Amino acid sequence: MSERASVPADEEGDEQTETSDQAPVTTGAQSVVRALENAGAEYIFGVQGGAIMPVYDALYDSDINHVTMAHEQGASHAADAYGIVTGDPGVCFATSGPGATNLVTGIADANMDSDPMIALTGQVPTEFVGNDAFQETDTVGITQPVTKESYFAADSDTVGDNVSEAFALADAGRQGPTLVDLPKDVTQGETDIEPAAPKTPDTYDVQEEADDAAVQEAAEALAAADRPVILSGGGVIKADASSALREFAIEYEIPVITTMPGIGSFPEDHELSLEWAGMHGTGYANMAISNTDCLLAIGTRFDDRLTGGVDSFAPDAEVIHVDIDPAEISKNIFAEYPLIGDARKVLRQLFDAMPRVPDVDEWREQCQTWKSEYPMTYETPDDEPLKPQYVVETFSDLTPDDTIVCTGVGQHQMWASQFWEYTEPRTWVSSHGLGTMGYGVPAAIGAKLAAPDQEVVCFDGDGSFLMTVQGLSVAVREQLDITYVVLNNEAVGMVRQWQDGFYEGRRMASEYPWIPQFDKLAEAFGARGFRLEAQEDVEETIQAAREYDGPSVIDAHIDPGENVFPMVPSGGDNGQFALEEDHLEML
Amino acid sequence: MPGPAPPERMRPKGRRNSQGIRVDPEAEVTHEPRQAVLSALVKHKPGVLSEVSALFSRRQFNIESLTVGPTVDSDTARMTILIEEPEPGIDQAKKQLRKLVPVIEVTELDPTAVRRELALIKVGGEKPDDVNAVAEMYDGQAVDASTDSVTVEITGSKQKIDAAVEAFKQFDVQEVVRTGAAALERGPTTLNKHD
Ligand SMILES: Cc1ncc(C[n+]2csc(CCOP(=O)(O)OP(=O)(O)O)c2C)c(N)n1
Repeated sequence: MSERASVPADEEGDEQTETSDQAPVTTGAQSVVRALENAGAEYIFGVQGGAIMPVYDALYDSDINHVTMAHEQGASHAADAYGIVTGDPGVCFATSGPGATNLVTGIADANMDSDPMIALTGQVPTEFVGNDAFQETDTVGITQPVTKESYFAADSDTVGDNVSEAFALADAGRQGPTLVDLPKDVTQGETDIEPAAPKTPDTYDVQEEADDAAVQEAAEALAAADRPVILSGGGVIKADASSALREFAIEYEIPVITTMPGIGSFPEDHELSLEWAGMHGTGYANMAISNTDCLLAIGTRFDDRLTGGVDSFAPDAEVIHVDIDPAEISKNIFAEYPLIGDARKVLRQLFDAMPRVPDVDEWREQCQTWKSEYPMTYETPDDEPLKPQYVVETFSDLTPDDTIVCTGVGQHQMWASQFWEYTEPRTWVSSHGLGTMGYGVPAAIGAKLAAPDQEVVCFDGDGSFLMTVQGLSVAVREQLDITYVVLNNEAVGMVRQWQDGFYEGRRMASEYPWIPQFDKLAEAFGARGFRLEAQEDVEETIQAAREYDGPSVIDAHIDPGENVFPMVPSGGDNGQFALEEDHLEML
Repeated sequence: MPGPAPPERMRPKGRRNSQGIRVDPEAEVTHEPRQAVLSALVKHKPGVLSEVSALFSRRQFNIESLTVGPTVDSDTARMTILIEEPEPGIDQAKKQLRKLVPVIEVTELDPTAVRRELALIKVGGEKPDDVNAVAEMYDGQAVDASTDSVTVEITGSKQKIDAAVEAFKQFDVQEVVRTGAAALERGPTTLNKHD
């Protein structure tokens, strides 16, 4: 299991009895650790270093598990995934300077996807701050635009309070990352002040319930609609509102589309599900969203990968927008009916306010017709080359419903979202808003530690995998039972697809013919490696990897010519998706 | 077997403008920018100004001026921010500002709010009497004089200061510094949350 320090187990036991949990704090660093304990932190993902060392020293006496990562970017992604799977803030540590800057990608990623996370960074001693000291960076300045709030801890007496507040803030309202920068003298400094209980700052107000009159108006508009659709975003999962959504949609018989981050918020095997909409969403979801006259959008920020060009997004629809963050209302898409509040609570309010079941049999039938007109299919010649969609689909069929899927970013991410059948919230762990290649390897580590009893699979691209492959060493050390599947097309495939489609096939810097043998690389790290080339071996290889008790890597050599469809070109009209290359020419 | 190709599919009739608002498909509709005066109470602590100004730059709000200074309460400062944006942008700027943790309260002031700006204008010192005469026309006064230069202080609306700067050009303007607007609502209304 995760290490505290390289202390033999029995000694470790002795130590625990010596330092009772409630021993008074004597330093700023102990106060930081106490604040994390009070907040219920279970794991910390991090990398050691000079400026953070006092905090690590304090961690030596704590029951919190520390997982040493191979790179700080991995620490922030692992913490992010932990936050997605558990709903509680994931914690990551880094030292000052390069440690802190390495965390930034994961912090920015969490910020775009509203994932709860807290980052603690070491900083040079206060007297050196601003002097370009060794390993100094302006971490607060660098991270401020990508956090809910970045704190500079100025005092040993209050540093614990800073951490408590940052933890509470990461989890409150619209979740997101927070950061506390910890100068070494502040963590080393003496203090006997216990940190305050986690509490959000007094300037941070969250409105949990929407205005009743506004809910009533919205409910009437929805009940009166001819072609209503529910659009369920990541916020539904964040608010633990998936079951409220299911009840609502089933009771009022309204088709449900999710956004990509909303995958898992509504079961894809339910007949009301149209799966997800957007650039690579299903044809039927995109037809429905284009033609709806009333869109109940919950916990979504109308990202451009979802909307395409705003002028053509659901242009017939009155929009009811439910969000906990008032700033999301009418930011990208104007909402006729803004409902500010927690998704779960507002869904309950709406449930009670609906005057009747909308009369929309014809519309539902139309949606079913689209399902049969634009099915999610791919060509499966019996022989090679291997189709990536087949690998994903087969894996999905073999695993339990609560299996967690992590991904990198690229074509493989799209296939993993399209051809896996998601039925449960918090089982889809991917980088949406930032689109971070390299997310998958460390995210799977965070996800597995967050849910040790659930199966975890990571679909990765060869490009993405290489960006954080060093994380395999962590998975091996922690003996994490994760199956990595590299959908290997010897290219940064998504880029190549765009070059072929929109740059006359000029494949500048997108082909990777120098890719290593990932099965052998896996073995070098101490994981199990499998090489997969033929369709007939897919099931057997997957089963062998699943059965191996520890991390395994399937290097799946897929058809390099395979592209992702359906596709709405960037800024395009969702109803005008291309199902095949030929369609792109029509658009 | 696949359904209709793109041009043959069921098509919606509507359209939105670039701000995501549903519009008459036949008409070309955009919101014209207007000026708004935002007033914000913020925690008086290091880094607040950079947090607010960074928000405006990264969200690409068109900012005209931003002033900040302490209030009677030593823990809070007050900012006056002039922006020029279409209506949805103004709304968005307010909401984004409110989201910042150190921001206590944000309001848009009425167009009739008391609005003042201060300028110091340094001009050549050859004709001090003429400079004084022009300064008086704008209720200003000389605050520093030497053989080579005179510095005049003027307070007032942006328009008044624009006009004064223009008028001083006859004396060889050497330097101008302007504070940007500070503003308060007329009448008894205040921004204090707990009032
Ligand atoms: C860190 C980072 N760098 C660059 C990109 C741009 N990018 C988006 S998708 C993609 C290709 C990903 O390639 P790979 O991981 O091999 O997956 P594939 O598309 O081949 O499945 C690239 C380069 C990115 N998203 N993230």
